[in-house]
Amino acid sequence: MATIHIDGTAYEAKAGENLLEAILSHHLDLPYFCWHPSMGSIGACRQCAIITYADETDTRGRLGMACMTSVTDGMRISVQAPLAKNFRSTVIEWLMENHPHDCPVCEEGGECHLQDMTVMTGHSMRRYRGTKRTWQNQNLGPFIGHEMNRCITCYRCVRFYDEYAGGSDLAAFGSRGRMYFGRFEDGALESEFAGNLVEVCPTGVFTDKPFAQSYSRKWDLQSAPSVCVGCAVGCNVFPAERYGELKRITNRYHGEVNGYFLCDRGRFGSHFVNHEKRIRHAGVRTRDGEYEFGDMKNAIKVASTALSKGAIGIGSPRASFENNFALRELVGAENFCAGIYDTELEIVNTALDVMSKKGIVVPTLKQVEEADAILVLGEDIANTSSRLALSVRQAVRTKSFAMATDANIPTWQDAGVRGHAQSEKSALFIATPAATRLDGIATQTASGSISELVSIGSAICRRIEKATPNSDDFAELVADSLRSARAPLIVTGSSLESVELVQAAANICRALQDQNQTSSFLFVPAEVNTIGVALLGGRMSLSSALQKMSEGHSAIVLENDLYFRAPATSVDQALESNNVVVLDTLENRTVEQASVVLPAATYAEQTGSFVNYESRAQRFYQVFQPRDEISPAWTWLSRLAEAFGTESSWDSYASVLEQCAERTFSQLKNIAPSSDYRIDTTSRIPRQTHRYSGRTAMNAQVNIHEPKAKVDPDTPFSYSMEGQNPGDQNGATIPYVWSPGWNSNQSVFKFQQEVAGELVGGDPGLRLIEPNGAPLEYFDLGTSEVSRKDGVFEVIPLHFVFGSDEMSNKSWPIQARAPAPFVLLCEQDADALEVKAKMGVRIDGESESVEIRIDTRLPSGVVGIPRGLVEFPPNGTGRVQLSVDPDFVARSSGDAEVIAKG
Amino acid sequence: MSLQDTKPLIGRVQEVGGLVSLSDYESGGGYAAAKKALTQMTPTEVIDLVREANLRGRGGAGFPTGVKWGFAKGEPQTPGYKYLVCNGDEMEPGTFKDRYLIEFNPHSLIEGMILGSYAIGAEKAYVFLRGEYHEPNRQLVRAIGEAREKNYLGKSIFGSDFNLDLRIHLSGGRYICGEETALLNALEGKRGQPRYKPPFPPASGAWGRPTIVNNVETLCNVPAIVRNGAQWYQDLGLTEDSGTKIYGISGRVKQPGLWELPMGTPIRELVDVHAGGMQKGYKLRGILPGGASTDYLVEEHFDLPMDYKTIQEAGSRMGTGTMILMDDSICPVDMARNLQHFFAQESCGFCTPCREGLPWVEDLLADIENGKGEPGDLELLEQNAQYIGAPGNTFCLHATGAIEPLQSALKYFREDFEHHIEHKNCPYRAY
Repeated sequence: MATIHIDGTAYEAKAGENLLEAILSHHLDLPYFCWHPSMGSIGACRQCAIITYADETDTRGRLGMACMTSVTDGMRISVQAPLAKNFRSTVIEWLMENHPHDCPVCEEGGECHLQDMTVMTGHSMRRYRGTKRTWQNQNLGPFIGHEMNRCITCYRCVRFYDEYAGGSDLAAFGSRGRMYFGRFEDGALESEFAGNLVEVCPTGVFTDKPFAQSYSRKWDLQSAPSVCVGCAVGCNVFPAERYGELKRITNRYHGEVNGYFLCDRGRFGSHFVNHEKRIRHAGVRTRDGEYEFGDMKNAIKVASTALSKGAIGIGSPRASFENNFALRELVGAENFCAGIYDTELEIVNTALDVMSKKGIVVPTLKQVEEADAILVLGEDIANTSSRLALSVRQAVRTKSFAMATDANIPTWQDAGVRGHAQSEKSALFIATPAATRLDGIATQTASGSISELVSIGSAICRRIEKATPNSDDFAELVADSLRSARAPLIVTGSSLESVELVQAAANICRALQDQNQTSSFLFVPAEVNTIGVALLGGRMSLSSALQKMSEGHSAIVLENDLYFRAPATSVDQALESNNVVVLDTLENRTVEQASVVLPAATYAEQTGSFVNYESRAQRFYQVFQPRDEISPAWTWLSRLAEAFGTESSWDSYASVLEQCAERTFSQLKNIAPSSDYRIDTTSRIPRQTHRYSGRTAMNAQVNIHEPKAKVDPDTPFSYSMEGQNPGDQNGATIPYVWSPGWNSNQSVFKFQQEVAGELVGGDPGLRLIEPNGAPLEYFDLGTSEVSRKDGVFEVIPLHFVFGSDEMSNKSWPIQARAPAPFVLLCEQDADALEVKAKMGVRIDGESESVEIRIDTRLPSGVVGIPRGLVEFPPNGTGRVQLSVDPDFVARSSGDAEVIAKG
Repeated sequence: MSLQDTKPLIGRVQEVGGLVSLSDYESGGGYAAAKKALTQMTPTEVIDLVREANLRGRGGAGFPTGVKWGFAKGEPQTPGYKYLVCNGDEMEPGTFKDRYLIEFNPHSLIEGMILGSYAIGAEKAYVFLRGEYHEPNRQLVRAIGEAREKNYLGKSIFGSDFNLDLRIHLSGGRYICGEETALLNALEGKRGQPRYKPPFPPASGAWGRPTIVNNVETLCNVPAIVRNGAQWYQDLGLTEDSGTKIYGISGRVKQPGLWELPMGTPIRELVDVHAGGMQKGYKLRGILPGGASTDYLVEEHFDLPMDYKTIQEAGSRMGTGTMILMDDSICPVDMARNLQHFFAQESCGFCTPCREGLPWVEDLLADIENGKGEPGDLELLEQNAQYIGAPGNTFCLHATGAIEPLQSALKYFREDFEHHIEHKNCPYRAY
């Protein structure tokens, strides 16, 4: 530690960190633009000017940039010196020469870092007499709006998009006072992290396009801490609402999980909450197949009669832990099914078992970024868990930081580190069936069918145990790299639907343990609460549940479209019975065949917990109260329990949680404070900002009297602007970030213990699994021979960030960005079939044919079929036949490529 | 006595009366220095010799060359790991000395680069050449071809174990690419924006490797130093700076041009003797001594010797040593506007004061020049000049250099600026 003197007051700081971070870490104000806590310093904007003094006798000092100055012990600086203040206000004056005065019509207005910094420096009088430059904007696709006139040339966008997130289609063009940030031509931004530009841009150049279509000021939004439902990473988010509509998602900082960034599935995938096909009322199917809505009591009555005691409960990896728990309590553990297909459940249980073994380290995303040798076995993480892939991108920079440190370049000096390290990267090995978007930063890649990938895993394992001298094949390189790394990491997942693959990954961890090497294991489950529902330990498999349903057993299906889980034929048969009650949020094929439908709340409309890939249980809070009969699933289950006369019924979220914690994991009660948590012993935490406007006018067409704010019994939050959001409260209870003078998301540093560190009130969530079990044993992996036949292909399930996830697929911006259905073939197989890219094939003679894409890495004899985009082959054999469709015309879709052309 | 004894840079050009061909160069003692160094001297000895000779960088900053080479010496000794880069991106307004050297004496540059590369341990060297220098490029391409044929470049030069691959990189054409770190970015194919220092190029330069960047004229001095010794070189200078300098003059003199003269030749001698004095009817008011980005010097300074220290003490910089003369027919306001137009246009666009401040300065000067100046404009100009120009306020020294002629113009020709604002016109214009 070092002591620094800022305007005469002594502060503690870390020697070598940059001064701007040190100043902000003490929650002092100093304006800045180009520096970003995750991206380091480049010294472009010259906004964070301070005066440094040589010693105590130096009264004159020297003006310099805090972001480019290393902290040294005993250093003396001034933030408030007149020269520094005048210079900072002059920098704003320069930036304002060309910045339009369009704040009233700008989406960023009210949460604009440039507005804040302008006010903070005191610049208010325009002295520049010239004209402002004018740009032509670009159509950057369905996610991002573009208004270049507002640009202040801080370079954050290109630094994030290109350097941090690995994008290639956004660039800085031109020079001098004519810098342009955009694409080389109109078209959708290709990167799945483009949405972060909205938050990275300090002003309104890049804005949230879907939000702009139904816009509200930040101060008019009601929000609460929540967790993204897009995948199993568990990124923390702020969903924000007004007038009963979910308006947008922004990043909620979590030091260990998502940090400052989200993926676009997460940011733009939640508009399903507002979908016109939301189920709003309880309904009963009459004899003629129509649904009757409007009589909730009748629906409950019919449901309870339909359900005999001993009904099967099918849970869901997209429903909260508490809702699944309530279902398990209602039907009993022996009748509870996790709602994921048998193979996937076996995979998840295998992974959970590995995670509980002694010495296994399951890294947080922050820890992933510190790994210096990574093997990705099987999982296309760029598509299944994009935020993880972004962290892997940072991990390969570990080497460059080490090189920089050796060369005395501070690690925060971003351009210096990149310039010095050039293309040197830490080891990243990717073994997947097809090409991935991380291949470009990989040390080496390997391809293969699923069984071949298992064999590669086993080979790596053997080479770790015993190196083969003078060998340089993939397995040897990986083994050598993992063995000698400071922090090796094995990443695998469930998306290829292979238990052996996860076992092979675990065996590598086991082999590393034998070498006294760290054994980090990161398993990527499919959905937001896959781990949670698996931990609830349903004893019935989905296939036997479906079998029993087809034999006439009654069932409750919780937030689960069974057609997304199991072969369509078996689901068809299971749903033929008249005794299926479905609780869900949106219409789908399962809902269409239910005897009773009950309208469940989405994650934004209820409070609950999700368990992420690390087994980190995190609380998400109700953002707004749902309308009509929509209600959290546990409330419906409670009503059914009452109708059954069972003991389990719950009158509040707290009562569900209480029982859930008691009967499952006691930590669940501790992941966030209880509903009686108060700030300064009296205040609730407001979901609305103190500037929330129009409260008295919002219902004026009904009644001019201001309605009493609704009381929230379930959480420590209020449905009003009353209360306090001080920043030092429990880290799980931050409903939005704001601090005096800091109206933009940049205010988050006031909520952190230090810049980019843990939240003042702690990073939220607790792990349900700790690695304190028995030692990990090797899994016995037999070798399986794959027989090949002409025209018959082994199916590789592919996942695509836009289009493979059930719920985000129902969010309109994601639909606009999802590609047309396609299958992936290798060049050789395409030649054999006499087809080329953009031509069409039929899968197993289905009437709908799909487009062919050629993959450079896919092995012969397999076909990649993207889940969610193409309906999965119903035959359940994992093999399909392909036949050419000569009449196929490639369909236009929202795919980036197509938008770019049109 | 040969001309080369007093004019190591262009003496041979004058002897042969134009382009120095390979045979001319060889017959004048060319490549003997390289042969001597590679076969009889250690790299350290070459560096020590250059340091002892007190050769200072001729690109403008005047940093001792031997010291700079010494920075790269201790770095990893993997063959070919380091780079020598010759900065031939001569874009300083009024400066054309490097062009002359490359065009008429290309082999002296090549020999200088062999010596420099040997001294620092580089096996790959680049000439970063101004894109518009078509004829120098043609001559250099030819000369490099000849040198390769004679194995002055290539593998095992002069039978030693030293190899050198020399390449030309033609600039895309930006003034800022003459700044050594922007030059390295451009060489790597990146945006021509300066880099933050540290790391300095000798520690981490082109492609992250130790790199020495030297000006053309600097490198052309090295063969003669190796040939004739440090003492000889020191004795060439009239003041404490060693060697000769190519001085140049543009403006309304009778014979504009450039001359190789001893370091420390007085300004007045340059103007009156070598350039033949002012043209009839014109009076000299001020000079920019080392290119457009240096402070004005005026009458009181004209007897000073042109060397690094003296000119710095007079409040300007020797820069490239090629002067722009302002006579009494030129409006200082319009000249300032013209210069600021150039610098604003050549800003790389990276940092705010330079990118946004210089266009404002240009606009203000244009207003003043066009009779639209307002009271307070000079204070506004001065505030801008202060905040843009102070070293450390901007990312690199481009804006600092840009502001130097403006600040000195406001100091020496203030009454002209005030007259423009007060009378709302330019008295130098014929109405």
